[in-house]
Amino acid sequence: MSQYLSGAFGLAWRVVWKILRNPALLAPQLIFPLFFFTAFAGGLSRVQTVDGFNFPPGYTAFQFVFVLLQSAAFGGVFTGFGIASDFEYGFTRRLFIAVPHRSAIVVGYGIAAVGRWAMTATLLTVVALVARMDVIGGPVDLIRLYTLALLVNITALFWACGIAMRFRSLQAGPVMQLPVFLILFLAPVYVPLSLLHGWLHTVASVNPVTQLLETGRDLIAGEPAPAGTTFGLALLLGAAFCAWAFRGLRRAEAAG
Amino acid sequence: MITSPTVNQVGSLAWRSIVRQARQPAHVIPPLLFPLALLAVNSGGLHAATSLPGFPTKSFVAFALAVPFIQGALFATLNGGADLARDIQTGFLNRLALTPMRSSAVIAGHLAGVVAQGIFQTTFYLVVGLAIGVGIHAGIGGGLVILVLAALVCLGFGAFGTFVALQTGSGEATQATFPIFFVFLFISSMNMPRNLLGHTWFRIAATINPVSYLIEGFRSLVIQGWNFEALGLAFGVAIGFAVVAITLSSLAMKRRMTRT
Repeated sequence: MSQYLSGAFGLAWRVVWKILRNPALLAPQLIFPLFFFTAFAGGLSRVQTVDGFNFPPGYTAFQFVFVLLQSAAFGGVFTGFGIASDFEYGFTRRLFIAVPHRSAIVVGYGIAAVGRWAMTATLLTVVALVARMDVIGGPVDLIRLYTLALLVNITALFWACGIAMRFRSLQAGPVMQLPVFLILFLAPVYVPLSLLHGWLHTVASVNPVTQLLETGRDLIAGEPAPAGTTFGLALLLGAAFCAWAFRGLRRAEAAG
Repeated sequence: MITSPTVNQVGSLAWRSIVRQARQPAHVIPPLLFPLALLAVNSGGLHAATSLPGFPTKSFVAFALAVPFIQGALFATLNGGADLARDIQTGFLNRLALTPMRSSAVIAGHLAGVVAQGIFQTTFYLVVGLAIGVGIHAGIGGGLVILVLAALVCLGFGAFGTFVALQTGSGEATQATFPIFFVFLFISSMNMPRNLLGHTWFRIAATINPVSYLIEGFRSLVIQGWNFEALGLAFGVAIGFAVVAITLSSLAMKRRMTRT
C-alpha cells in the first residue's frame, strides 16, 4: 500500500512541480478563470436588473460559482493534456514498468489535478473577496460548494484521462477540451434557467451542469439547495468517468 | 512603383497561402464554427438583456453578430501567423531569401492569404446571420462595407501575427498571442453596449479598448443603418492598427532577412 501511495503521490508531485516551474503552463490555468470572472462579472453586471433575475448576493457571486466550476473542470482537462504529453515523450510507458499497480497512475494524475485546481480556486476566491463579492451562505454551504467543485474537477480529470489514454497524443487536446467547454456553456451561465430563451433553455434544462450550477448558486446564496440530488448526480458522473478512465488505462496497457 | 514581377510574386505567395489554409481542415472548420457556436450560446443566454432600458435592439443575435467578424479575423491571423512561423522553422523563408523575391512581396503575399480567408469567413457569418433572420439595416451596401471593414481588420491583425511570427520564428509563440487578443475582445462592448456596462472601471476599459470601436462599427451597420460616427471610428482604428502592424512586420522582416 505504501508503495502504491508513494507512486501516486510521486507522480502527482512531478506534475505539480512541472507546472510550478513552467510559467507557460501555470499562467493559463491561473489567468483564464480570473479573466472570465472579470469579463462576466464586470461586463454583464447590468443583467441582474432584468425582470425575473433574483439572486440576493448579486451578479459577482452569481458568476463566481460558474467560474469556480469552470476552473475545476479545466483543471482536470489541463491535467489530461499533461497525460497526453507524457505519453508522447514516452514517460508514461516507463511509468507502467515502474509502479507496483498501474491504477496508481490514474490516482496520481487525479491528485495532481486537485492540487493544481486548488491553486486556481484559492486565487479566484481571494480575487472575488477583494472585489467585495457577497456571500450569504454559511461555512457548511461553502464547504459543500467547494466539494461540489472538487467533484467536477475529478470528473473532468477522469474524462480527459480516458481520452489521453486512448489517443496517447496531444493532438487529442481539442477532443478533451471542446465537449467540456460546450457542456459548460450550454448551462445557465449568464442568467438563471428561467430567463434562458429558446433552444438554449431546452438544452440547459437537460444538461447536468445546470443542476450543479444552480445548486452551487443556491449554496452561495444560503438558500435551500437540493444538495442530495446534486451530489448524487456528481458522484454518478464521477463514477461513470472513473470507469471510462480505467478502461482507457487498460487500452493503453494493451497498446504497450 | 509596383512592377509586374512583384505582382506575380505577391500573387504566387497569396495563392500558396490560400491553398495551404484550405488544405488544413483544422484551419478552416473551427474558425467557421467556433464563433457561430459562441454566438448561438451567447444569444440564447443573454437574450434577456434586450429587455434592459436603452438596449439598442430586440434581437441579441443581431447585436452580437458583429463579434464573429472579429473572432474570424483572430483565427485567420493566428493560422496565418503559425504558417509563416512554420515557413521560418522549416527553412522555407531562408530559401525564399536566396531568390530575387522582395521581402515586401513576401509580407504582401502572406497577408493577402490572411485577408482572403477573413473575407470568406465574414461572408459565411453574414450568410448564416441572414439565414437565421438577422437583417442588415444598412442594406446591401452595408453588407459590402462589412466585408471591406473585415478585410481591413484582417489586414491589421494579420500583420500583427506576421510581426510576431517573424520576431519569434515560433508557431507556439504565435499561437500564444491568442489569449491576448481574446482579453481585448472580452473586455470590450462585445456583449453589452458601453452605456449599459454596470461597473465604471469596465466601462473605462471598454472605452479605451480599440476593439470596442471595431465591434461597434460592424454592429452599427447591422442594427442601426448608416452611423457615420461609429463607422469613422471603426475604419480609423482598423486603418491605424494596420499601418502600425505592417510597419512593425516590415521591420521584423528586414531583421529576419539580415539574420539569414
